[in-house]
Amino acid sequence: MKQLMTGNEAIARGAYEAGIRFASAYPGTPSTEILENIALYKDDIVAEWAPNEKVALEAVVGYSIAGGRAIASMKQVGLNVAADPLFSFAYTGCNGSAVIVTADEPGIHSSQTEQDNRYYAKMAKLPMLEPTDSQQAKDMVIAACEISEKYRTPVIIRMTTRICHSKSIVELGSRREAPNKEYKKDIWQYTTMPAVSRKLRFELEERLKGLTRESNNSPFNDIEWNDKSIGIIANGIAYQYAKEVFGEEASYLRIGFSYPIPMELIKEFASRVDTLYVIEEVEPFLEEEIRAAGIACHGKDILPGIGELSPRIIEEKIKGVKKELLPTKPDKVTNRPPVLCAGCAHRAVFYELGKRKDLFISGDIGCYGLGALPPLNAMDTCICMGASVSAGHGAAKAFTEYDVKKHVVSVIGDSTFFHSGMTSLLNVIYNKSKTITLILDNRITGMTGHQDHPGTGYTAQGEESQEADIEKIVKALGVNHVRKINPLQLNELHEAIDTALETPEPSVIIARWPCALKKLSAKDKEEFGEYVKRYIVKKEQCIGCKKCIRTGCPALRFDKASKKTLIDPIMCNGCSLCAQVCPVDAIVLDQK
Amino acid sequence: MVKAKSILIVGVGGQGTLLASKILTQGLMEMGFDVKMSEIHGMSQRGGSVSAHIRYGEKIYSPVISEGEADILISFEEMETYRWLNYLKPGTGIAIINNYRLPSAPVLTGQMDYPEDLIEEISEIANAVVVNARDIALELSFAKSMNIVLLGALIKIAGLDNMDWENIIRSIVPEKYLEGNLKAFAAGMHSVI
Repeated sequence: MKQLMTGNEAIARGAYEAGIRFASAYPGTPSTEILENIALYKDDIVAEWAPNEKVALEAVVGYSIAGGRAIASMKQVGLNVAADPLFSFAYTGCNGSAVIVTADEPGIHSSQTEQDNRYYAKMAKLPMLEPTDSQQAKDMVIAACEISEKYRTPVIIRMTTRICHSKSIVELGSRREAPNKEYKKDIWQYTTMPAVSRKLRFELEERLKGLTRESNNSPFNDIEWNDKSIGIIANGIAYQYAKEVFGEEASYLRIGFSYPIPMELIKEFASRVDTLYVIEEVEPFLEEEIRAAGIACHGKDILPGIGELSPRIIEEKIKGVKKELLPTKPDKVTNRPPVLCAGCAHRAVFYELGKRKDLFISGDIGCYGLGALPPLNAMDTCICMGASVSAGHGAAKAFTEYDVKKHVVSVIGDSTFFHSGMTSLLNVIYNKSKTITLILDNRITGMTGHQDHPGTGYTAQGEESQEADIEKIVKALGVNHVRKINPLQLNELHEAIDTALETPEPSVIIARWPCALKKLSAKDKEEFGEYVKRYIVKKEQCIGCKKCIRTGCPALRFDKASKKTLIDPIMCNGCSLCAQVCPVDAIVLDQK
Repeated sequence: MVKAKSILIVGVGGQGTLLASKILTQGLMEMGFDVKMSEIHGMSQRGGSVSAHIRYGEKIYSPVISEGEADILISFEEMETYRWLNYLKPGTGIAIINNYRLPSAPVLTGQMDYPEDLIEEISEIANAVVVNARDIALELSFAKSMNIVLLGALIKIAGLDNMDWENIIRSIVPEKYLEGNLKAFAAGMHSVI
């Protein structure tokens, strides 16, 4: 049977067909749908959202050493978080198969960096596979399990956004059950004490030799002979773009098993073509090795190393063909920057923070990063998961040291707090900085499209679970001043921030209200009730002061002709923020 | 050999471009074409501009359409048509435009003006077909079916109506919205005859 699948769906299908029994991940674009889809195979695979990527990978390490087949998936910066177990796991090797998926983001659609995670494979000395479409994504999970078992090594599958989120046709197969491997206690294999690691270090190099032979003979590294005046070496989506542009005018070496690099095969291919092009997105990972092997080629000397490639870029840079485009006028195009949704409780928090002077607002990763943009303008920094609280601590120490009158407010979401905010807050308490930590508890992992986390009380596969209590956690970490508020009550929010600013010790404000788009759980409905109000503007009362417009709610529009605010009844979620900031009570609950 | 065709669906996050592209690609696969589709979602799509690239033919390589290569650009919002117009193939490309405006944040807050003459501007340089999808959807008392009205218009214009699309829609759309969507689809096809 054939099915149209995204690369992510195909990875999930591959996990099912490969007989994998355990999956763990932390959500992150463009990797999120891998675990979401694995979770649908409820009878065959245990799928878990871990609090962060390090925990996810470590759970897979344990499952594998204990003898089972397992897969971990994460976005590219997630592998930074999981890098610690990655390197050690390369040393110990696995017992049952272990697959690690990293989803990179050329073009930085929804990330902090454009890092090329292929270098992790080289640095950790792990085999790496890179699919060029969804069919290969599925096939490579099955192959990764076989390689993993044969060489007792974890295997990396490296995806990119265009592979993750593009659909192509996949031929479905059936699941092959894999028996578990017997677990035998062996401290000379599974403990990375220095004496053991020195032994494992040699084994790692031996293993790489075998994997190099494997890569040179892999069906994923295949040659297509056409005209030999041009030879193209390409990986991932770049291979598809090259085929699109050159068709049968060139010969191809498609690199799917990309580490260890199949240099014997590359040498043979290069020797039989006139001009060699290496086409890869972002870094010259293959190219620099090919050049180091003394093979002349073109690559980053003509193709960009920043951003995504496209058929057009390849055609222009290599063929020198420049196509005519329709003559549009760029100055006529209005921007459409992303915005916090109508009814989003984060808006109230940034509206309040933005009004105050002398704050250093240390932000974090999530929808609330949008608090940095106009008209809210309420953020100073946004670095990486959990950094709001720890970078806020450092900034507070510097402001104190240099006598700068700035108060630090660290703003972090609930899922991000569980991910890596807890240890940062422990540091605030232990090392005594007077920061305010504002935890935006919207009861879900928001930006990646609503995944459960330890605070929601539900697991990835929908089972009820122990709900982590943020208030109890922060108190246990040693925070003496904790307030839990409804952020949509501006008075309450205002007063809580005032009090915190006057408190001479670190404090925490938990702003608890569900994401405006969240499908409320039974527990949510009990706590927050149903949420179906709408607000309208009493036109005769509106004075056109635009105070409501400055909240940045996308449901509000300022009508230039009448000089009054209008509310889009379809978009309004009834949060009442605009009504609360209106100085003349012109915005009221729609009684209809 | 059937030459590869490229259809670019654009709009604003929340307008239902993904459902329309899902129905379209499923139908194309069942018609026996090789099909690829690429979309971007995540941070930039919170109320932002969205696009779905769809390519079909005997054998498809790139899932992404390059600038100047789309045979059809179908847009759920006026400004989005203009934003993506350079993807349309000069000369033969067709732009299907929903004459519906969703002002973005800089327009809502009064920092920028929404140009009044976009459709005329587009019609001057490209083959434009305007669909009143909002009015059609409202007439059917199903405002949220604007995407399916547009899908109907697209299938007619692309010459893909030789297929049981009702059956495809039935297999994808939830039961309670099915009747409304089937009506919307038929009305969309009819709107461009």
